[in-house]
Amino acid sequence: MTQERFPGHPFLPYLLVLPSLAVIVVFLIYPFAQSVWGSFFITSFFGDKKLFVGLENYLELFRSPDYLQSVVVTLYFSAFVVVLGLAASLGIALLLNQRIGGLGLYQIALVWTYSISPAVAGVIWALLFAPATGLIPWLVGLVVPGYTLNWMTNGSLALLVVSLAATWKMLGYNIVFFLAGLQNIPEELIDAARVDGAGPWLSFRYITLPMLSPTTTFLLFMNMLYAFFQVFGLIDIMTQGGPGDATNLLVYNLYRDAFIHLNSGRANAQSVIIFVVIAVAAMVQLRAATKKAVYAR
Amino acid sequence: MSRHTRLSLLTHAALIALVVVLAFPVYYALVTSTLSFREAYQYPPRLLPGTEFLSNLHEAWVRASFGRLFFNSTVISLVVAFVKIVLSLLAAFAYTHFRFRGAGFLFALSMITQMLPLPVRILPTYELMDAFHWIDTYYALTVPFFASTTGILLFRQFFLTVPRELSDAARVDGAGPMRYFWQILVPLSRTNIAALFVIEFIFMWSQYLWPLIVTNSADMRVVQIGLKMLIASEQIAPEWNVIMAGTVIAMVPPLVVLIALRRSFAQGIAMQSEK
Repeated sequence: MTQERFPGHPFLPYLLVLPSLAVIVVFLIYPFAQSVWGSFFITSFFGDKKLFVGLENYLELFRSPDYLQSVVVTLYFSAFVVVLGLAASLGIALLLNQRIGGLGLYQIALVWTYSISPAVAGVIWALLFAPATGLIPWLVGLVVPGYTLNWMTNGSLALLVVSLAATWKMLGYNIVFFLAGLQNIPEELIDAARVDGAGPWLSFRYITLPMLSPTTTFLLFMNMLYAFFQVFGLIDIMTQGGPGDATNLLVYNLYRDAFIHLNSGRANAQSVIIFVVIAVAAMVQLRAATKKAVYAR
Repeated sequence: MSRHTRLSLLTHAALIALVVVLAFPVYYALVTSTLSFREAYQYPPRLLPGTEFLSNLHEAWVRASFGRLFFNSTVISLVVAFVKIVLSLLAAFAYTHFRFRGAGFLFALSMITQMLPLPVRILPTYELMDAFHWIDTYYALTVPFFASTTGILLFRQFFLTVPRELSDAARVDGAGPMRYFWQILVPLSRTNIAALFVIEFIFMWSQYLWPLIVTNSADMRVVQIGLKMLIASEQIAPEWNVIMAGTVIAMVPPLVVLIALRRSFAQGIAMQSEK
């Protein structure tokens, strides 16, 4: 329970939260309500009339092979980015946490990648994999003579390359948080376990992992948001959803329906579907976060 | 050699290898940005820098009017980071120092930002900008970003640890709540403010989708979109040397912010994940 530290100021707290709340209501909640409302309508061909169609936009989406393909692509991509990215960063953070010299240097050498934007990551990986002229296709050509690696014509390869690029970009961020979480685990706990005869694996499994779970939950959620939305720039620069629809993530599909095909009902329905998915994830994460905050001390 | 020394040597070797592998893509981009067009297409690919960086940079600068884009990106990143910090400080102050009706509900409402990222409201938010006549203005590029869940949580958690004696002493000395807030609480929050600044500056600098849809004149574009322009202008044989010169400078401002404030950033993150 919050303590009253300045009694006698009944209106001040409302005034203090007003700016944040005004932004949230006007630019977040109101437009989101509009998304929900708009998802029940279709706009006539000339854009002059709105026709109520109930759930038709949703039904149409789930009947559309293109949309289902986009769901599958997004699942693959986000599973890759989240699972592989978190596993790799945890591994690196554990190495960093080995009470060795030069921690500060290593930290800088690994963490700076956090400042790279998804679009920049996209440009750089497009250079590395540039068909016929890039470094990686050249290396592959050396190993497998006669084979030309071209991700611009090969859908599954394109998906793999954008997944790798997106995972790479997020490593710095994940390492920062994992390392902070690891350093907060009291060393006495691990030492006590060692005295009791627990090896490295047992103490990792039964002490480190559980103690780290608030960090892991937080990172799971942030990485999911990243894989769902923030990679838009990376996709737009590298593949624009192609070849075919091989890298057409949900957010890219939504952008195309909203701003290129100008199909507003369909776009709003996609927004609402995305909301349902992240709302579930956010509930889980927020519960962990506020619980931790309230019982922090 | 003892088992311990061997193990720590092995750890060092693994870490150095990781640093090299993870940094390599950026190193390669740097090298490419210093080559001539011909060298960039040379076989085998060059791994050592050339001498053309300045002329590539000049070319990119002119072609995508990077000067203007840099100005825009810097302005929106600074403004959003600054306003987010102030609004989060104020809100966190209210939630930790006052008891008021509806506090729980309002707090839940401010936590909702996390659940409503741009894509779940993209079209209506765009239409709102249109209705406000904000398309192609700094307003559209900044105002919708002003609320921050991360910031409120970060400051809230920190304010809860500030001893009650401090505010009591301020009150006894006759200081009102706002005076206590500005003169004691905010200065105490320096580390968290710096950490949030790093997070929000990098976040805004990286924005792509929103600037793409709410700006349409060359004057209002941001750096990230400029990269797309550089690539798209060359369909057949991309001038990677010029593109990479643009890319390399697009990386500089967020990198400088991160390196300059790395201590506070690391401490702020540590505080956030403290139990």
